Amino acid sequence: MLILDIISSILLIAGVFFGFSGALGLFKFPDFFTRMHAASVTDSIATILILFGLILQTSFDINTAKLLFILAFLMITSPTASHALAKSARHGGLLTLPEVQAKQQERTH
Amino acid sequence: MGDLIDLVLLAMLAITALQMIFLKDLFAVVMLFGIFSFLSALIFINLDAVDVAFTEASVGAGISTVLMLGTLAITGRKEKKSAHSSFLPLLVVCITGAALIYGTLDMPPFGHPNNPIHEHVAPRYIEESPKEVGLPNMVTSVLASYRGFDTLGETVVVFAALIGVLALLGVRRQEENDVPESGFKAHHVLHVVARFFIPLIILFALYVQFHGDFGPGGGFQAGVIAAAAFILYTLVFGLSRSFSVVGPKFLQVLASIGVLLYASVGLFSMYKGGQFLDYSKLATDPIVGQHYGIIVIELGVGITVFAVMLSIFYAFGSQAERSNIQ
Amino acid sequence: MTEVYTAVTIAILVVMAMALARAISAPTVYDRILGVNMFGTKTVLFIAVGGYLMGRPDFLDIAIVYALINFIGMVAVLRFFEYTAPID
Repeated sequence: MLILDIISSILLIAGVFFGFSGALGLFKFPDFFTRMHAASVTDSIATILILFGLILQTSFDINTAKLLFILAFLMITSPTASHALAKSARHGGLLTLPEVQAKQQERTH
Repeated sequence: MGDLIDLVLLAMLAITALQMIFLKDLFAVVMLFGIFSFLSALIFINLDAVDVAFTEASVGAGISTVLMLGTLAITGRKEKKSAHSSFLPLLVVCITGAALIYGTLDMPPFGHPNNPIHEHVAPRYIEESPKEVGLPNMVTSVLASYRGFDTLGETVVVFAALIGVLALLGVRRQEENDVPESGFKAHHVLHVVARFFIPLIILFALYVQFHGDFGPGGGFQAGVIAAAAFILYTLVFGLSRSFSVVGPKFLQVLASIGVLLYASVGLFSMYKGGQFLDYSKLATDPIVGQHYGIIVIELGVGITVFAVMLSIFYAFGSQAERSNIQ
Repeated sequence: MTEVYTAVTIAILVVMAMALARAISAPTVYDRILGVNMFGTKTVLFIAVGGYLMGRPDFLDIAIVYALINFIGMVAVLRFFEYTAPID
């Protein structure tokens, strides 16, 4: 089963790489909405790769079903939570970076 | 390797705790409390204590955060500046802490294999539990059978907390000058997703309840997860619809039924000729009797915890709808 | 395979530390919520991979609970914002 181990390792390491890039984007991006986009990278692609890497390691038993359930649940609820957060931020008055710059420009004119 | 992970987790725990002390915005403190509970559960997992991590996950990160947010909705978000200096309390706490640490220097070293707990207490349970109780999960057998009286006390304490909250706050009936049903009417995505997942969460709570004999789980965690499902329903669809699904009066009756179920198992085993909560007398074969007893009392614990958590959330939520606190 | 699990566990721990740093030093209050949400989902992955590292796949039950609790906590936080002023 060495082929399965190699494929699992590749998937796990790729998932970790995307996790890093998402976490780095959390600090580097200038605006809240772009930061949320970076965080959702870790929620979606990193989760899929890491959980698939783990699924390949199980023989076909109840752990496979539990991992698939976690994957399905995270795939449906993470975008929902991001959507609800963005809608709440917009409702609370947070502006995107181009809108903030447009407001500053029309204040100086 | 496990030590390195432990060190990193404990360092993050200390940083979170220090940050919590110096923040004045209570909402941020509640968020950091959620992170604190996540980290504690990870430390428990690293120590191989699965049932404790389970309970910490469901109670600490879930229900505590929701109830604290409900409290903040009633009281307000900013912490007031304290009027007196805190040098004298700090001195007293440091001296007491130093005295306690000096006291523990006399105890046997942590984790040493010659400690009395590893030579007398643990081997006795590990060797006798498969013969006397016969469950794969030894934590459940200790919690429900060997220390069944303590667990009855815990259930009664949870029930007493409900009585305290109902006596102090009470669940308000809906009045005319309440804030009209605001908020999540426009979140159609959330409506669909919540409606899809709530039955699955309840199913998972039942799985945890009855699987507690074989894996991590048990009555307490199952009750909390089931309450979390109904709290999700309340948050998304509103308090009045939730009252018509599961009413407050019904929950109070349910809480009492759970405690009564537990205590009647004990009385029934006395009726059968044994002592209070002696499950071996419940059937002709003592091990089968133990299994029956454990299933019924776990059910009692789960029912009580579910009703208490949901009632406390109803009490806080109905007070918060009275006005829009800024 | 254990080396890969160890490396992945430490990497997820680093990502969690970065999310914690964002939750502590947040410019707006929504950044804090974002940090806590990301911390929660990374905890789920950490428990799943860490369970395989220690050879005890029973931990997957805890991972499921964490995924549920993270979602319900987020919904509760956003509902809280309907009652109070959002930005200070």
